[in-house]
Amino acid sequence: MNPLAGCLLLSCLLFASGLGAVLIRRNAIVVLIGIELMLNAANLNFIAFWRYGPNPEALTGLMAALFALAIAAAEAAVGLALIISLYRRHHRSDIDVAEELKG
Amino acid sequence: MPSLDQLPLYLKDQIVALFPTPLQPWVGALIAIGTLCALFPALFAFTTVLERKTLARIQNRLGPNRVGPAGFLQFAADGIKSLTKEDIVPRNADRVVHFLAPFVVVVPPLLALAVLPIGRNLVALDLKETGLLYFFAVGASVEVGVFMAGWSGGNKYSLLGAMRALAQLISYELPLILSALTVVMLTGSLSLVSMVEKQSSVNFGGLYSWNVFTPWGALGFLLFLTAAAAEANRSPFDLPEAESEIIAGYFTEYSGFKFALFFLGEYLGLFAVCGLGITLFLGGWLPPFTWLNWVPSWLWFFGKLMCLIFFFVWLRGTLPRLRMDQLMQFAWQFLFPLTLINAFVAGVWHFTASWNFALRWALGAGLLALAYTLLSRPFTQAFPRRTYRFAP
Amino acid sequence: MNAVFALLAGLTLGAALAAVTLRNLVHAALCLALALAGLGLIYIHLEAEFVGLAQILVYVGAVAILIVFAVLLVRGAELPEGRVSRAPWWGAGFTALFAATLLWAVVRSPVIRQATRPAPTVTVRAIGDQLMRDYVVPLQAIGMLLTAATLGAALIALPRRDPNSSAHQPTPP
Repeated sequence: MNPLAGCLLLSCLLFASGLGAVLIRRNAIVVLIGIELMLNAANLNFIAFWRYGPNPEALTGLMAALFALAIAAAEAAVGLALIISLYRRHHRSDIDVAEELKG
Repeated sequence: MPSLDQLPLYLKDQIVALFPTPLQPWVGALIAIGTLCALFPALFAFTTVLERKTLARIQNRLGPNRVGPAGFLQFAADGIKSLTKEDIVPRNADRVVHFLAPFVVVVPPLLALAVLPIGRNLVALDLKETGLLYFFAVGASVEVGVFMAGWSGGNKYSLLGAMRALAQLISYELPLILSALTVVMLTGSLSLVSMVEKQSSVNFGGLYSWNVFTPWGALGFLLFLTAAAAEANRSPFDLPEAESEIIAGYFTEYSGFKFALFFLGEYLGLFAVCGLGITLFLGGWLPPFTWLNWVPSWLWFFGKLMCLIFFFVWLRGTLPRLRMDQLMQFAWQFLFPLTLINAFVAGVWHFTASWNFALRWALGAGLLALAYTLLSRPFTQAFPRRTYRFAP
Repeated sequence: MNAVFALLAGLTLGAALAAVTLRNLVHAALCLALALAGLGLIYIHLEAEFVGLAQILVYVGAVAILIVFAVLLVRGAELPEGRVSRAPWWGAGFTALFAATLLWAVVRSPVIRQATRPAPTVTVRAIGDQLMRDYVVPLQAIGMLLTAATLGAALIALPRRDPNSSAHQPTPP
């Protein structure tokens, strides 16, 4: 068991908590929190393999993590705008309110 | 016997040498932390009295003059008062978040102060790769504390104050970071120590090349100071905590020592961002002329810091505060484009390095003056020129 | 595994679990901020200081604030709606299965038994060089993506000036 194992285990557990939040909780914002946790768990994987992988001088893992960070932040902004817009339409923050196709 | 300039470092080395070798890094770090935690709150104590007396003189009255010689022990009286006041937590308040919010507001400025070069070789945390990024990351952490303070009181008005304060903090973070980025562009490093060292080249026989002596540096410094005043919630940007508008804004529900901690956090934030402005633009611990090198470098840093603090107190006593929408408009429609154009002019300055100095200065200043005039038109044309009428 | 990493990992995992299980949404958002800050500290521990500090700047300084603003605007912290979906067992079962599969894959992988190498020296100049040379197309694409996301989010969240709807206009702060 080396330090890479610690990072990978933490990343797995974080991803599982994010997945649990998305599948089990009903509130839209908690679902978004779960998505952010999943994205960050994947980022941790990138950094861990960059650090303990074969070629850290190429900075590939760092670049991937940086871009994933930016994309996740943009996605959080758009997701929250969607949640606010849904709330304004249905006055509830359930994710089950948008079940039907006709708005 | 070391020079006065290196005396703090010499003392630290002497104390660290008294301990066994495995403990030495820890002792060195503890000494640096202890010095910071003692020095800047002492400066805070002095600044509160200085500010009250200066504001009083601007307003044609005396400040506190009863406690101690000419009132300069007023901070002790204020400290004893805030420690012995009853700590009221409202019934609807969220106790855990209410308790933790002052710490989230006080600790990040202390962390940020650690990375500023206070003198030659005198920096608590020398981050050679990411000094400036660390400063901004830690500064952004204060925003969570502001929200926690405003929300946990259970008071709709303090929550409103917190949201306005957050909007202001986030809006002015951009001009702050962009004007600092101009300096990074021309220094080629994010390390604050190397930024001071880059400004230590001498030209014109004795003048250190501070960044403020260049056109982009002068405007960048002014933009940085404006954004810093907004980041530190200082007048004229102090609507989030204006006493006549929203009582105390996001820390209305705090009393006693926690209120004093918020006060401390706000002033420490001001010191941190002023210190950064000095490091980026005013040459850090460098004197203006080489023949002034006999004055210790840390004395220069603190002298410049006191000048900037006096300037902020002067602004507070002179200018009226901006309304929320004026504030946001000013940030997004004026400061932000101007910082981008400033970065462009800094690039022009860099690539005209072989030109005549006066011509370079004229080109840079001309471009910036043009940009300033064009961008400020919506603000100046909104009001017609004021005509005065005198009684017949 | 050294003690610092264990401490940081415990903090991050605890905060993440709190973020997904707490009832009070503002507490959940603040715990998410703590979890992301903990992850940033782990990146700094793994010698990726630039990414760690960028993580703290972006997530704790901006995304966490965004989430709490959304919580306040949506007022989800007060409404006692159902916390879990109508049939949580499917979700819980799938998550448990997924977690078990991942953990089994990690434990069985030979990667975790390899020798570790010393920390690489990363200069910000190298990151900047790579961003401007090898990764310049993704950089520009990210710029356009962020612009599109900003405009899109602003457009979506704008109140609709619908004369037929009964919703009132929100008052400006």
